[in-house]
Amino acid sequence: MSKLTRRNLITGTSVLALALAAAATPSLAQKKYDDGASDTEIKIGNIMPYSGNASAYGAIGKTSEAVMKKINDEGGINGRKVNFISYDDGYSPPKAVEMVRKLVEEDKVLLVFNPLGTPSNTAIQKYLNTKKVPQLFVATGASKWGKPKEFPWTMGWQPDYATEGSIYAKHILANHKDAKIGVLMQNDDYGKDYFNGFKEGLGKENEKLIVQVSTYEVTDPTVDSQMIQLKNSGANVFFNITTPKFAAQAIKKAAEIDWKPVHYLNNVSSSFGAVFKPAGIEASQGILLALYRKDASDPQWANSPDIVAWKAFMAKYMPGADIRDDGHNYGFSVANTLVEVLKRCGDNLTRENVMKQAASLQGFEAPMLLPGIKINTSPTDFYPIQSVQLGRVKGESFELFGQILSNESK
Amino acid sequence: MEQLIQQVASGLANGAIYACLALALVMIFVSTDHINFAQGELAMFSAFLCWQFMDWGLTFWLALPVVAFISFLVGVSVERVILRPLHNAPVLSIVVVFIGLLAIFHSMAGSIWGHTIKQFPSPFPNVHFAGSGYIGPHQIGMVVVTLLLLLALFAFFRYTPIGLAMRAAAQNPVSARLVGIRVDMMLALGWGLAAAVGAVAGALVAPVVFLEPNMMASILLYGFAGALVGGISSPGGAVAGGFIVGILENLVAYFGNLLEKSTGIYVVGNGEKLMVALIIVITVLTLKPSGLFGHVTVKRV
Repeated sequence: MSKLTRRNLITGTSVLALALAAAATPSLAQKKYDDGASDTEIKIGNIMPYSGNASAYGAIGKTSEAVMKKINDEGGINGRKVNFISYDDGYSPPKAVEMVRKLVEEDKVLLVFNPLGTPSNTAIQKYLNTKKVPQLFVATGASKWGKPKEFPWTMGWQPDYATEGSIYAKHILANHKDAKIGVLMQNDDYGKDYFNGFKEGLGKENEKLIVQVSTYEVTDPTVDSQMIQLKNSGANVFFNITTPKFAAQAIKKAAEIDWKPVHYLNNVSSSFGAVFKPAGIEASQGILLALYRKDASDPQWANSPDIVAWKAFMAKYMPGADIRDDGHNYGFSVANTLVEVLKRCGDNLTRENVMKQAASLQGFEAPMLLPGIKINTSPTDFYPIQSVQLGRVKGESFELFGQILSNESK
Repeated sequence: MEQLIQQVASGLANGAIYACLALALVMIFVSTDHINFAQGELAMFSAFLCWQFMDWGLTFWLALPVVAFISFLVGVSVERVILRPLHNAPVLSIVVVFIGLLAIFHSMAGSIWGHTIKQFPSPFPNVHFAGSGYIGPHQIGMVVVTLLLLLALFAFFRYTPIGLAMRAAAQNPVSARLVGIRVDMMLALGWGLAAAVGAVAGALVAPVVFLEPNMMASILLYGFAGALVGGISSPGGAVAGGFIVGILENLVAYFGNLLEKSTGIYVVGNGEKLMVALIIVITVLTLKPSGLFGHVTVKRV
């Protein structure tokens, strides 16, 4: 062992320093941050209607927040803690713009995740695209979110309404030769999106199969009058474009007035807890719908690992929450998709890389998705989930049938 | 023709919903001279309470009187605690308080019971009878209960000394006080009774529209329309007004749809039924400001 001299010490230290520098330089070059990201933290912004008429959807935001808490408890994403900032926009577009500006300009978030509602997202889309801030996995099924050429910073998540509508139309054409179709539809963009996709699926020559379209306003107390119109139109196939409360009313009323058409219900209302149980399980039998997620209360998934994990998560991080509320199911699935994207970003946490990673998910199986349904994106495909499977209500469970129907673009 | 009967029957059933709430609105107006914007939310809150008691094992007919009584107490305390200090405040301040109450009860129900719709069992037996395809047992029950409630209120105001005292306190507080009526008590009593009537309305409406915090938001609008058409100062008028609005909106949609089917021209339809119903309300009020059955109040100046 050599004697500790001044020279030795200096040489040793400088060698050490050089070695350290050599080790550190490449990783320093890799670490890249935009606003909202650092060595210790990732800031994510979110807006949700926690108050007002659409406050029921607030469950989604609360779930996403709880998922991030769970991730932080487990050590964060690549060692960084997630700081999830969620504001109330009351489902009001002007408020949404105000809150998103606050997120971007004051809180300086890396990205805006899962903002809810077609009107709110429409209002903030231009701003976020001008500022080049990701508007990632928006919580609406409108068909206009996957347009990377015009809006490279906006990406959807769930299957879009128009695609789903056209899937029903094709199923009707293939299975019901003498279909006379009655449509009940919410009179707004959401209803029209479904209906336009449905008409497209039927094709021009088959549009005459639609014998009655009855609309309702969200302010209508009931849809009883519309259901009577539909029954008397002689329709034998019923396409039901309604949100959960009205779906339950329609199912109940159809049973009361003894109208038994082939009943197609939009995915928006595919919930046992919020639709079929209140409407009556018996009256709901045989209803057909397109599904992409597992219903957590469906006994057939009771042992599926993601449902088991979800139940444990709900018990630990959201005690007291109403587990029948589908928002918790949806929120868990979409928040985990974000976590996957951020994991893939590694140490390059720039907004550009976030979009790049989000647009290169191939075959990712987010929790709660039906077996065989995967998330696929590419630089030209900004529609993450484009597969559904048809199912029918049987007992207190969805009986899936046929193969996975995909509408993958490019 | 078949459909016309069905639409009228369904309108009658919806009308019963509006009539019930209109009755509660009239109660407050007759006894305090105010229109309570929070009436719908109070009724919704009572319906949730009723559901809660039923969830704990009470039957509907046991839960309803309990909840009506609790609502009565809530109504009285709202008047005593919140509105008493505003006795001499301008009408606008009171309107703001009502809107505040609306928001408070709405959020409270949301945070206590959640936003997922709940099934509220109908208290009436689900039997099939001649014509049950047109109007269900619950709907008939609702119409009957509304009429009974009306009868009870009519008798109360017309034939009991306390009812007379309440009317006097609302219409002319100064003179009422001079003849020895405790005006403050009467106002609180009016609030309590209105809340109790609202509880009955909520419990009857919930089986039809499903129980959730927003359930009364749109019904309140129709309830107002009904109360105003019939005359906000007359319980009988309010009930009649509720039925008129209910039937009218269905007929507008029905005839609009018929016209579109036969001529291909779209004039009115489901989207415009509320608008047309409200135009009729405005017309009635322009021609007869006190409503169809309301009495004209003459104020000496």
